[in-house]
Amino acid sequence: MLNTILSGDFPRSRLLTIVLIVIFISLAFAPFLFPGTRSLSVAAKICYFVVLVASYDLMLGYTGIVSLSHTMFFGIGAYGVAIALNNMGASWGAVLLGTIVGLLLAVVVALVIGLFSLRVKALFFAMVTLAVASAFAVLASQMSWLTGGEDGLSYSVPKILTPAYKLMDDKLFGVRMNGRIVAYYLVFSVSFVLFLVMLRIVNSPFGRVLQSIRENDFRSEALGFQAVIYRSLASCLGALMAALAGVLAALWLRYTGPDTTLSFDIMVDILLMVVIGGMGSLYGSVLGATIFILAQNYLQNLMGAVSDATAALPLVPELFHPDRWLLWLGVMFVLSVYFFPTGIVGRLRSSS
Amino acid sequence: MATSEATSSAVRTAPLLDRLKGQAPALVVILIALLPIALMDLSTWLVLTLAGLAMGMMIFIMASGLTLVFGLMDVLNFGHGAFISFGAFLATAVMLPLTPWMEADSVWLNLAALLPAIAVAMAMAGALGYVFERVLIMPVYGNHLKQILITMGGLIIAEQLIVVLWGPDEIPLIRPLTFQGSFTLGDVTFEKYRLIAVIIGLLVFAVLSLILSRTKIGLLIRAGVENGEMVEALGYRIRRLFIGVFIAGSALAGLGGVMWALYEEVVTANMGMQVMVLVFIVIIIGGLGSVTGCFVGAVLVGLVANYAGFLAPKVALVSNIALMVIVLMWRPQGLFPVAKR
Amino acid sequence: MSDPLVRNSAPMASTVPAADILLDLDDVHTHIEQYHILQGVSFQVPRGQFTMLLGRNGAGKTTTLRSVMGLWKVSQGRITFDGADIGGAATPDIACRGIAYVPEDMSIFSDLTVKENMVLAARQGEMDDTRLNWIFDLFPALKKFWSLEAGALSGGQKQMLAIARAIIEPRELLLIDEPTKGLAPAIVGAMIEAFQELKQAQTSVLLVEQNFQFARTLGDSVAVMDDGRVVHAGSMAELAENVELQQQLLGLSLDAHQ
Repeated sequence: MLNTILSGDFPRSRLLTIVLIVIFISLAFAPFLFPGTRSLSVAAKICYFVVLVASYDLMLGYTGIVSLSHTMFFGIGAYGVAIALNNMGASWGAVLLGTIVGLLLAVVVALVIGLFSLRVKALFFAMVTLAVASAFAVLASQMSWLTGGEDGLSYSVPKILTPAYKLMDDKLFGVRMNGRIVAYYLVFSVSFVLFLVMLRIVNSPFGRVLQSIRENDFRSEALGFQAVIYRSLASCLGALMAALAGVLAALWLRYTGPDTTLSFDIMVDILLMVVIGGMGSLYGSVLGATIFILAQNYLQNLMGAVSDATAALPLVPELFHPDRWLLWLGVMFVLSVYFFPTGIVGRLRSSS
Repeated sequence: MATSEATSSAVRTAPLLDRLKGQAPALVVILIALLPIALMDLSTWLVLTLAGLAMGMMIFIMASGLTLVFGLMDVLNFGHGAFISFGAFLATAVMLPLTPWMEADSVWLNLAALLPAIAVAMAMAGALGYVFERVLIMPVYGNHLKQILITMGGLIIAEQLIVVLWGPDEIPLIRPLTFQGSFTLGDVTFEKYRLIAVIIGLLVFAVLSLILSRTKIGLLIRAGVENGEMVEALGYRIRRLFIGVFIAGSALAGLGGVMWALYEEVVTANMGMQVMVLVFIVIIIGGLGSVTGCFVGAVLVGLVANYAGFLAPKVALVSNIALMVIVLMWRPQGLFPVAKR
Repeated sequence: MSDPLVRNSAPMASTVPAADILLDLDDVHTHIEQYHILQGVSFQVPRGQFTMLLGRNGAGKTTTLRSVMGLWKVSQGRITFDGADIGGAATPDIACRGIAYVPEDMSIFSDLTVKENMVLAARQGEMDDTRLNWIFDLFPALKKFWSLEAGALSGGQKQMLAIARAIIEPRELLLIDEPTKGLAPAIVGAMIEAFQELKQAQTSVLLVEQNFQFARTLGDSVAVMDDGRVVHAGSMAELAENVELQQQLLGLSLDAHQ
């Protein structure tokens, strides 16, 4: 049973298993374990980022494709739903239509980029995708009649997902059962299913072909036709999953803008999460996303304390200013590429 | 030892055809530059062309080092943008206290503020380049995946350090008085600073070309881009050559950063990363490893961006991507492909 | 006029005393990624002689030259050059000890002119005029196309340039990989003449060759490789006379090569 659910891909480390179970339970019962709007938002963000990061790992870790346009697909999914809800009103039909259009667009764009440039060196692909993604971001912020421009779009979602909706009149374990709980469990369960689907994919024969392509062809200049097809498929799959993560983000946030979806900063975040968690293992995405988002939200408090405590010293308070947390993650990232190229997951597995 | 001029015609025709083919990219640039005349009046075209050239030259200065570094060691530094930002911030740090000199109505006082700023920016960007190469890139030679990741990490750290040192807000910058404003030629008004940017760009290109064609170091660089292994087998340490090029390229990125900052009249920590997108497009279009290609690519990108910006502002945003796609469909290795083994 | 290639310490040739071993490979193993290519190569290159390295495709001849040059890292065994251990040394250091390399693909710099190729090969700085004229006599085409981009040369001319690069300054040892590969018979003839001249000048050469006829014409001593090992080493004259041995080692009769 468990074997089937996890597609035979077990964490293979006792500590890792424990950590994953803790994360799973925390997310599954987040509304009750960590009540409060902020912690629920953090939990939801972890959920859809796990999908986003895992879909990136599908390309980077499993297939060896270095794409810098992953946020573009995330954005396409989010904007698809956002634009539909914005123009058609808060209905499930709008959500469905937006999702379908977004997914189609994501796959087509990924396919075009893939067939166009996946035959060439990894470096080349990274540059091309970076250029395309940045053009897309500019385009989205300029087409304000459709996308709301820099301000983005705020819209209403179907009522069942809003705080105004009452699931039951009484509190359950002291938690008000409103539409946000429904929305959270929608995000959580869809993310969980998508994660299992990806786990299934990487452990299928198709996934093994991808890994063998990575092993054999990463350094070669030009790939055979067969390999290009497989890489394009992986890239489309990654785009599809990223777009779905975007849909979840759009539904949860009830707002979609360049800063929350398309910005290059998010691309950097994804890279950090994949590498720190562990490339080439989907469980790494879970760890990476969880640790990163927790750090993003709570490490800053700690740093603020350090910064205040060292206020008398020169430069040190600046280095520990809460806004400088990315500096430390950058350092961690570089160290992790050097010393733990397989990330936390690789580290845990090798020590067990 | 002089060349015998009586080269047989049979051998000559083949290279001649090749040479014609080699001219094609230059012809295309001229064509792209001239075509828009039909769509606008002459004075607009002149102004846009100067603007395009100025933009192109600045990108060229920033990109030239990157393309050589790639050619020599197959290293693509995604952190190159850090040198651009770093140069801009250092120059700002030198120029801001000298604001009275910048505002003075004297070329010499203006230069007395600007030149040290440029010198500091280039020296420190070069030094940062050295650290970058030693600490980040050297341990991951030959591994493209790690290279991309490590240099991205370096970029994040460098950008954050800039914020630590200079604060998170963008810093407004004024051009030296001499370079402000415009001049009139006939009935067309040109911005002075653009002309200066073009002149500096042409100078850098000329010096680079001379070094690459006339000095032994230059020959070694070109030979190394084509076949580094053979350069080593001839007894030269390509590593040293590479570090030299890396430092020089970083210093040029610093210079480009200063010029770009003065052009935009503002510096921000992530300006380097923003310009990098254009830099990548330029070196892809030009052909990775070719300085000439980088120059032509930069001019193309600058011109197309400005013409498109005038003719069809909505399309302008994606004009560079379109340009890249078209060039790559025509020549998958770029306009000036480098002979690689 | 003294021949520029003759060194002051030119040995007497023919019989080789042990002291005149220039290059000595002792049980050299080389791995390329996971493949074990050289599996204990041992042979010697005497000073002032042409040593031919023969063997079928994939026997490890090119890998042997590249290992000597430091282009592949030797995983086990010793390479001694002129009394010094050069196994594990960096390629530029090995080159500076006086070993010149002419790879199979010639590796001329096609973006550079013939002249610029030669300028780079002359490490000391200026090219020696006497020596340059001597090279022009050997390969007149190089003089003719002196200012032409090397990429525009024909295959034979590229080969000439590659060899010229190796001899523009006096070197202790030349490693030459299949210089006749893909060349027209007439050019091979010219190449033999040029090599005869080098031989006269008592240049030490280790030459990889597939063409037995060519090897027999030039070789003083010979080593035959198979499956990453040297299976025979001795004098060329001995092998040239022993048809049976040729068949056994090279798998082909002399007739088939002619």
